[in-house]
Amino acid sequence: MNWRSIWAIARKDLKEVRQNKAAWMPAVIVPVIFAVVMPLAFILLPQMIPVEDIERELGDMQQMIELLPPQLASVFAGLGLEQAFVLYMAGFMLAPLFLIMPLMFASIVGAESFVGERERKTMEALLYTPASDTELFLGKVLAAVVPAIGISWLTYVVYIVVVNAAGFNLMGGIWFPLPTWWPLMFWVTPAFALLGISATVLVSSRTRTFMEAYQLSGSLVVLVLAIVIGQVTGVIALSILTGMLIGAVLWVVGGVLLYFSIRMFKRSQLVAKL
Amino acid sequence: MTTIIEVTQLERTFGENRAVDGMTFTVEPGEVFGLLGPNGAGKTTTVRLLNGILPPSGGSARVFGLDPVTEGDQVRQRTGVLTETPALYERLTARDNLAFFGTLTGIPAADLPRRVDEMLEFFELSARADDKVETFSKGMKQRLALARALIHKPPLLFLDEPTSGLDPEAAQHVNGLIADLSHQNGQTIVLATHNLLEAQRLCDRVAIMNRGRILALGSLDELSRKLWPVTWVDVDFYSPGNAASGGLESLRGVIQVEHNGSRLSVQVESREIIPQVIRRLVEMDASVLRVNPRDYTLEDIYFTLQKAGVS
Repeated sequence: MNWRSIWAIARKDLKEVRQNKAAWMPAVIVPVIFAVVMPLAFILLPQMIPVEDIERELGDMQQMIELLPPQLASVFAGLGLEQAFVLYMAGFMLAPLFLIMPLMFASIVGAESFVGERERKTMEALLYTPASDTELFLGKVLAAVVPAIGISWLTYVVYIVVVNAAGFNLMGGIWFPLPTWWPLMFWVTPAFALLGISATVLVSSRTRTFMEAYQLSGSLVVLVLAIVIGQVTGVIALSILTGMLIGAVLWVVGGVLLYFSIRMFKRSQLVAKL
Repeated sequence: MTTIIEVTQLERTFGENRAVDGMTFTVEPGEVFGLLGPNGAGKTTTVRLLNGILPPSGGSARVFGLDPVTEGDQVRQRTGVLTETPALYERLTARDNLAFFGTLTGIPAADLPRRVDEMLEFFELSARADDKVETFSKGMKQRLALARALIHKPPLLFLDEPTSGLDPEAAQHVNGLIADLSHQNGQTIVLATHNLLEAQRLCDRVAIMNRGRILALGSLDELSRKLWPVTWVDVDFYSPGNAASGGLESLRGVIQVEHNGSRLSVQVESREIIPQVIRRLVEMDASVLRVNPRDYTLEDIYFTLQKAGVS
């Protein structure tokens, strides 16, 4: 295995994506919405609107807190209504939405690098190089996984700063991240990135256009929505254990998909589609 | 020296379509070998098969003694391919493009910048080295693609329609570069083209193809002789009165003689007879002004074969 070739392919793909506004714009807009706009809205809102309105709104939220498992619900004990609202929204409800990011970036870069090369007719020259099928494949995977995880982690950092800064007075100090976020950041996020790229690559080698590949692999967002709905309805709660379990399942599924993608990746199949 | 390419009964089918149908040929070191044929003749498929990026449906191929199917990576280490479209990364600079392919072809990191500069200079692209390729003209892109194919100094170069879509000036420039590579460096080249003039100018031997089959194989001379065993020579005289032909018919090897004013056209069995014809005319005191053996061009050969559809 020639890692120099693998890194060269990954670096080249990242350079290309950087030059393609349509590809990186979502990588700027979505993190800004998730890490800045949404937490600011949820934290500043209860500090700005009349208390009676908040109480009316928080009446519904109280029911949602009751849906949480006892160990999570205990975090809310002794908090005022505004504090509970901020903790619930910024600490629990937004958490699964962050998983959209690794999935989305892996899908965009993955679809762009495989199908995009074919669309721009640059694939053939790449296939004529001495790089082996596995090296080509891993280079492309790396190009998608690295920014997907990197941007996700960067967004977490911004989110932590924004949440603590905006809620400093209300919460009485630095209170975020909650312990439940650590497995989310360092265990579930990379797993989602791996799953996203494995699925994208599998789909990309069988589709002809970037949009087709992106839309098919983008359907994985359903998984994130399932977690969000599960959490809102009280079916699941993103506790440390749940996060570790979800991550483990995703690692296994992503790993198996990746293994089969590598086995099935043959440059002759790509040539036939040129 | 050993044969560079050895192809035996090579086949490749796509569904019902036989893209390559029982091709057999060899390419020797330092040779410029042409694959000539219309679109869909199987030229590009042959290049892909020989580089191991497409497996054959039948037959076998050896490139540098290696099997492209099982040793494709090693074959591609020794080959450079200029694809039909330049296939460059348009959003990257010329330097980035060359550095990327140089890395994939295994040029050591310490040597890479120097090698990239050398190629940019050789192909007269140094002034635009750090410009994005999307700002280049077609001719510049083709030169850069050629530089990419040669960056790792491959002993075998495949050129797939190297002047396709270029204006005459750019095409002449690219052809000049190819001729230089062949004559100065002794580079072995496989040229896939439907440009007959280009092939005639550059190739030592050609395989004329149609629908995946080789219709004829050989040098221009060999193919001419195969198709037209007898040949004509036109002899122009100083004045019509000099166009004497007495005694020529009796010369061994002369088939027929035709008069046309101050020109005499003599059909002979082979080119070796022509000096004897001239000697006889001089002996007869004829004022010979010009002797012009009728040459067949690759175009004559190509269209005759394509029409006949047989070798």
